[in-house]
Amino acid sequence: MQDLVEELGRLPGVGPKSAQRIAFHLLASDAEDVQRLATALTEVKRRVRFCEVCGNVAEAERCRICRDDRRDGTVVCVVEEPKDVVAIERTREFRGRYHVLGGAISPIEGVGPDDLRVRELMTRLASGEITELILATDPNLEGEATATYLARLCKPMGLRITRLASGLPVGGDLEYADEVTLGRAFEGRRLLDV
Amino acid sequence: MHVAHLSLADFRNYERAELPLEPGVTALVGPNGQGKTNLVEALGYVASLSSHRVANDAPLVRAGAERAVVRASVVRDGRPLLAEVEINPGRANRARLGRAALPRARELVGTLRTVLFAPEDLALVKGDPEGRRRFADDLLVLLAPRLAGVRAEYDRALKQRNALLRSAGATSAARRGAGPLPGIEVWDHQLAALGADLLSARRYLLARLAPYVARAYDAVAETAPGGTGAGAAAEGGPADVVRLAYRGSLAEHRGEGEEDLSSEAAREAGAAPRDVLAAQLVEAMEQLRRREVERGLTLVGPHRDDVLLSLRGLPARGYASHGESWSYALALRLGAYELLRSEGPGTPSEREPVLVLDDVFAELDARRRSRLAELVAGAEQVLLTAAVPEDVPPQLTGRRVHVRAGALQLPLDGGPAEDAVAGGGPADGASVPEGAADQGSAGDGDGRG
Repeated sequence: MQDLVEELGRLPGVGPKSAQRIAFHLLASDAEDVQRLATALTEVKRRVRFCEVCGNVAEAERCRICRDDRRDGTVVCVVEEPKDVVAIERTREFRGRYHVLGGAISPIEGVGPDDLRVRELMTRLASGEITELILATDPNLEGEATATYLARLCKPMGLRITRLASGLPVGGDLEYADEVTLGRAFEGRRLLDV
Repeated sequence: MHVAHLSLADFRNYERAELPLEPGVTALVGPNGQGKTNLVEALGYVASLSSHRVANDAPLVRAGAERAVVRASVVRDGRPLLAEVEINPGRANRARLGRAALPRARELVGTLRTVLFAPEDLALVKGDPEGRRRFADDLLVLLAPRLAGVRAEYDRALKQRNALLRSAGATSAARRGAGPLPGIEVWDHQLAALGADLLSARRYLLARLAPYVARAYDAVAETAPGGTGAGAAAEGGPADVVRLAYRGSLAEHRGEGEEDLSSEAAREAGAAPRDVLAAQLVEAMEQLRRREVERGLTLVGPHRDDVLLSLRGLPARGYASHGESWSYALALRLGAYELLRSEGPGTPSEREPVLVLDDVFAELDARRRSRLAELVAGAEQVLLTAAVPEDVPPQLTGRRVHVRAGALQLPLDGGPAEDAVAGGGPADGASVPEGAADQGSAGDGDGRG
C-alpha cells in the first residue's frame, strides 16, 4: 500500500492526500477494472513512441498528423509539448503540421537549444516545402525566449515567421484581466476594418 | 484606508489571533519576544507579500504547521474589503480578495498599503545598495502594480541569463574567446527590455519622491519650532540639504556620471525613452560579454544600480552622523508616505496608507522621537509597537494592546471594552469582518476629529 501511495504521489498534480485517496479507491475497485488500468499503463509505455518527423506522440514511425495527406505541409506550428498539439487540435482551426520541441530554453534547468528538437526542425525547413512557421511556445519568459531564438535562427531562410497573439481571453471580462495581459492586448491591438 | 481587523492563523508564534483595530493610534505594548512585531509583520505581508524581516517565508509559519493564513479587513471609502493571503513556504502563495480567489497572489498587492518604519531602516542609509533598490522597487509596485510583474520577470530573466553565462564559463577556456554563446542574444534582449522598463520607472519614481524626502528631512531634523518647513524656507529650500541621485550601472558603463534627480532640469534631460535604454543595455551587454562570461554574472542593469543619498553635498553613507542617518531613514519613509497619499493611484481614501512603526521610538533621541510623533499623529491609522509604555510618545494617544506570549489583551486603557477578543475569542469574534467594519466606518469620523 505504501509503495502504491508513493508511486502515485510522484505523478504531476497528485499530492500525498490525493495519492492516498486513489490508492484506497483502487483497493476497493473490482480486480478487472484495476487490471484494465494496469494494462493501459504498461501498453502506453510499450506502444507509444515519438514521431520521427515532428516529435509528437505516435504509435508508428510517424504520427497520425504527419501521415495525413490532407494536412497542409507548407505551414508548421512549433510547440513545446505533445499536450500543446492536443490543445491546438481541439480548435479544429489549424490544418498544417506540427513540430514538438520537447520543452523550452531554460539555462537554469540546463536546457539549451541543443537539448530541444531544433536541429530536426532545421532539417525539415531545409527541404524547402515549408513556407510559414507559427511559433506557439508558451507566453512566458522561457517560451518567449525560445520563440525569439527560433525566429532569429530561421530569419535568413526567408520564411514567413509568426507568433501566436497574446491578450484578452474570449468570453471574459476586461476588468478581470491582469495588467500584463491587458498591456499585451494593447500592444497587439489591430485595426478594425468595417 | 485603515484596517478594521487583523486575524492570523499559524503565523510565527500565533496559533490563532484576532485583533480588532480602529482608525487613529494603536500601540502594541509588551516585553520583547512576545510577538508584537509578528503582528505588524503579518499586516505588512498582506500589503506587500513579503516580510520586512526575512527573505524566505519558512520562518513565518508556526513550527509544526503547514501554512499560515493572514486576513485583514481593509476599509476604504467606508467599505470593508477582506484581503487574505495563505503563505505556503516553497510553493505559490494563495490570495483572496473579498470572496474571490485571485489567479495570482501578487494581484493582492496594492489593496492594503502600508508604510513601515523599523529599526532595520537605518540600513537604508548606512547599508548596501540592495536595501535601497528594494525600497525603491517596493514603492514602485504600490504606485504602479503592473511593475510587480516586470520586477518578477526581470529577476527570472536575470537568473536564466546568469545560468547561461556560468555554463559558458564552465565549458572550457578555449570556448571563451571562440565566437558567440549560443542563445545569449535572446536573453540580452529579454533582459534589456524588462530592465529598461524598470530603469525608467525607477528614475521617474525617484524624481517624484525626492522633493517629499527633502521636505520630510527638514521636518524631522531641523529645529524650526512647531511648524514644518518654516525654517527651511529661509535657508533656500530643503532640497539643498538632501538630494537623491541615481547611480546606474548603464550610465557608468557609458562613461556618464550619476544622475541628480533632485533638480527639475536634470529630471527632464535624463529621461531617455525605454526603447533607447533597452538598446543601450543590449549594446553594453555585448561590450561586456567576455568579462560577463569570466565572472558568470550580468554586469549591467537595474540589479546593479544604487540610489545615492547625499546630505549637504556629501554622501550620507559614511559622512552622516548616527542621528542624521536616522533622520534620513525616517525622511525616506515619511517621503514615501507623503508621495503615496498625494500621488498614489485610487481615491483619496485608497491612497492613504496605514503607518506602521515597529520599535522605532526606542532608537531615536528625544527630539527626533517627538518630531516623528507629531508628523505621524495626523495619519488615518497608526500602528506602533513598543517594549515599554514609556517608549510611546505622549503625542500618540490612543488604544493600547498588551501582547504577552502570543496572546492579546486589549485594551487596557482608553478604548471601548467590547472589542476585546483574544485567541479563539467569544462568539462575536466569528462575525468580525462585518462587525469590525461598522465600528470602522463609525469610528472614522471621531478618529480624525
